[in-house]
Amino acid sequence: MNTKRKSKRVNDVILQTAAVIIFFIIIIFSINLFFSGHYSPGGGFVGGLMTAAALVLLLLAFDSKTLATVLPFDYRKMTAFGLFIAILTALHSVLWDRPFLTHAYDKFDLPLLGEETLHTAIAFDLGVYLVVIGVTMTIIQTIGESE
Amino acid sequence: MSVLHFAILLPLLAAPFIPFLFRALKRIHTGWFVLVVPVLLFVYFFRFIGITSAGDVVSETVEWMPSLGINFTAYVDGLGLLFALLITGIGALVVLYSIYYLNKDKESLGHFYVYLLLFMGAMLGVVLSDNMVVMYMFWELTSISSFLLIGYWYEKERSRYGARKSMLITVFGGLSMLGGIVILESIVGSFSIRDMVANQALIAESPFFVAAMILILLGAFTKSAQFPFHIWLPDAMEAPTPVSAYLHSATMVKAGLYLVARMSPVFQESSLWLWIIVTVGTFTLFWGAFNAVKQTDLKGILAFSTVSQLGLIMSLLGLGAAALHYDGIDDNIFMVATIAAIFHLINHATFKGSLFMMVGIVDHETGTRDIRKLGGLMTVMPITFTIAVIGSLSMAGLPPFNGFLSKEMFLKATTKVFSMDFFALDTIGILIPVVAFIASVFTFIYSLIIFTRTFMGKAKFDELPKQPHEAPIGMLIPPAILAILVVVLGFIPNVLSNSLIKPAVESIYPTLVASGQEVKVDIYFWHGPTPELFMTLGIIALGTLMFFMINKWMGIYNRIPNRLTLNGMYDGSLVWSNKAAYRFKDNYMTGFIRSYLIYIFVFMSGMLLFSMWWYDMYNFSFGEMAVITPYEYVLGAVVVLSAFAILFMRSRLPAIILLGVVGYGVALFFVFFEAPDLALTQLVIETVSVALFLLVFYHMPEISKKEARMRFKVGNALVSILVGVTVMMLSFMTLSNKSLSSISEYYKENVYDLAAGKNMVNVVLVDFRGFDTLFEIVVLAVAGFGIYTMIKFRTTQRTKGDGEHEHEAEK
Repeated sequence: MNTKRKSKRVNDVILQTAAVIIFFIIIIFSINLFFSGHYSPGGGFVGGLMTAAALVLLLLAFDSKTLATVLPFDYRKMTAFGLFIAILTALHSVLWDRPFLTHAYDKFDLPLLGEETLHTAIAFDLGVYLVVIGVTMTIIQTIGESE
Repeated sequence: MSVLHFAILLPLLAAPFIPFLFRALKRIHTGWFVLVVPVLLFVYFFRFIGITSAGDVVSETVEWMPSLGINFTAYVDGLGLLFALLITGIGALVVLYSIYYLNKDKESLGHFYVYLLLFMGAMLGVVLSDNMVVMYMFWELTSISSFLLIGYWYEKERSRYGARKSMLITVFGGLSMLGGIVILESIVGSFSIRDMVANQALIAESPFFVAAMILILLGAFTKSAQFPFHIWLPDAMEAPTPVSAYLHSATMVKAGLYLVARMSPVFQESSLWLWIIVTVGTFTLFWGAFNAVKQTDLKGILAFSTVSQLGLIMSLLGLGAAALHYDGIDDNIFMVATIAAIFHLINHATFKGSLFMMVGIVDHETGTRDIRKLGGLMTVMPITFTIAVIGSLSMAGLPPFNGFLSKEMFLKATTKVFSMDFFALDTIGILIPVVAFIASVFTFIYSLIIFTRTFMGKAKFDELPKQPHEAPIGMLIPPAILAILVVVLGFIPNVLSNSLIKPAVESIYPTLVASGQEVKVDIYFWHGPTPELFMTLGIIALGTLMFFMINKWMGIYNRIPNRLTLNGMYDGSLVWSNKAAYRFKDNYMTGFIRSYLIYIFVFMSGMLLFSMWWYDMYNFSFGEMAVITPYEYVLGAVVVLSAFAILFMRSRLPAIILLGVVGYGVALFFVFFEAPDLALTQLVIETVSVALFLLVFYHMPEISKKEARMRFKVGNALVSILVGVTVMMLSFMTLSNKSLSSISEYYKENVYDLAAGKNMVNVVLVDFRGFDTLFEIVVLAVAGFGIYTMIKFRTTQRTKGDGEHEHEAEK
């Protein structure tokens, strides 16, 4: 059974070449989605899923070992870290005697970017982003690796 | 946060440091550090005597959950202070004793002292909290710490058995008590005990009066090991002896008595209160004493003796309620019952504490507690013998010890039943002094057994596991202090009268005190030829006679068949409930996801359809529907057709692709309806999940011939149709029954002003409904880790070649 499966694995040049290029396009798009979330369609959830989709593409084109050497992330730690950021952001308002999960924002004059609004929601969203990637990849990796 | 709060919490605050001290300073016994806590607290609480004996109380409040009426109100009155002193005083002695009892190199002292401090703090919290919810919390904490302490030697099967038994019974009572507390709160509108006492009339009128009373009493009876809940206490003796002396004789088991005393002002006008407590208490008194005689383990004797003595105090507290019905005369004769209860509570702590420590010494120095093996230790252990004699004779109720005084008062209180002309006490109540007399005879007998069988008679030192010798001085000091107290309190009991007993009794009778009656506490030896004196003489005479003829009547204990005993019933009910739970579980946990899905879907549809019917929501109107465009018709057809086609697929790959078509179709619908965020999310989710499906199915075997020819299943089809219909109904219903205006408008108006965002969907996600998102990602993370552990666990099991797991799954 096992040998049969291994022989099935084809060295798909077209997919692999395309995947490398498309991977970057998707990643950049997903990061754009993540940042644009507050004003136009997007956000941490979609962004995270999109990034995960890009990673899945690499996984399908190559294999999990290649993915692990190219992007040596521990996705379980990433999940925990994301949760940590989200909870910390939610908690920060308690320090200023505001209810849990109150966000803060203000306008700042940033170099290169000009005047921009900075919002603690982005930190919360970053947590969501990381959790989504972490969970999706954890599930796919565990199922993919289990034999 | 006042000093008082800090004092109550001090043991809990100290507990986390103990394991570190234990590890860091191996050479010093950890107990020495722990000892500081109860000694400090005892000194601190001792200073309150001046306040409470003047009739004042101290009350400090820290807000905890003010919106729910739950605040940590520390309240020190006579009753609370008496217990606080017992807890810290006996606690200090027990810790000192444990330093010599537990070997610092062999035992895990870190655990032991953490549990002990946990208990000490919890117990202080119970007796010094005015808020009943806070008290309940501490109450359960005492159960938990008791569980941990009984199971301290967890390698022993009996320890685990005893720990579980005590936990099950006391927590059952604790939960009942919580029910009672909630009922009382719903009547009075406050969790404060003082408010409940103040609104006693309101409670008495309530139809839930009896329910609340019985629930509260269940809590008290289980904790204080009253019949039939007493069965946990003898098994709790598996704990190390310092623990038995502390928790299971001097303090924790008295929490039930505390509760009864504390709640007396609320309930005691009811005849039911008096009858239940007196009946249960007197019967426990008899049953404990009766069973103590047949025990062969010294700790077993003491355990049943504790049960019996707790019953005695309990019945006294019950009788004390009669004082309320006896107004008009300054010298209230029924108050003697309550005074006796409080006095005996103190005395019991002294003599029983010393006896437990004595047994611990015997066990420690000889290696056994079995009275059939012991004997003749008097010559080698003279100090221990003296302590044993003092403790036993005080327990038996002989002069000149303190036990005699309180026992006399107890007998006096029972004989007073004859002059109670209410609640039918003057008729059937005659049984009370009779039972008290019989129980006292048995008490006398087992008290004699304790020291005669251990210290007198023939010495059989060769049969003992260890060569006996006198205990180290540190082990003798704590019981010696208690024994000295037994004697001193016997001679000058009135040092306690105004300092401790009177304030405590006054807090049990707030109404009498308010009406100007004075509690007079005056304890003395000679009352003249009263009925109780003759009863004592009779007890001594009959007890001595029966003690010497013990072999003639021991046979009666074998008459009770094992199956009918309470322990048999307890064990049986555990076995039975285990079996029943398994049988129930095996019925519905088939191991097939499709069965579980059917339960979930049928339940969901049933609930939804029922509630739609219940709220009369089947009046659909289709007036506000938008026009369906040709695109939507086409897309709808595609989605429906591909969903149908899945059913007829013979292999997995096309099925997954068709499922993907359905998902992308839905995403396209979102595009038509101008919901870019949803469309985007749906598209990506669809992509990822198709990939996931492919990955999963890649590992699965091909669909077998048998599965491919699977016949049409009517049940499954019905469930699917039901779900479809429900969802359709639900969407029609939400369209047609708009009783509230949509919240979208609020979001639209405020999304920029309140959250500085322009994308409403995302602002809702991270800001307006951030809580939802937070919990969603938590759930996601849990699911992810769950899948990870499930699969990894399975694979490691396989690689180990351990067939056990699969074998169990087959069962």
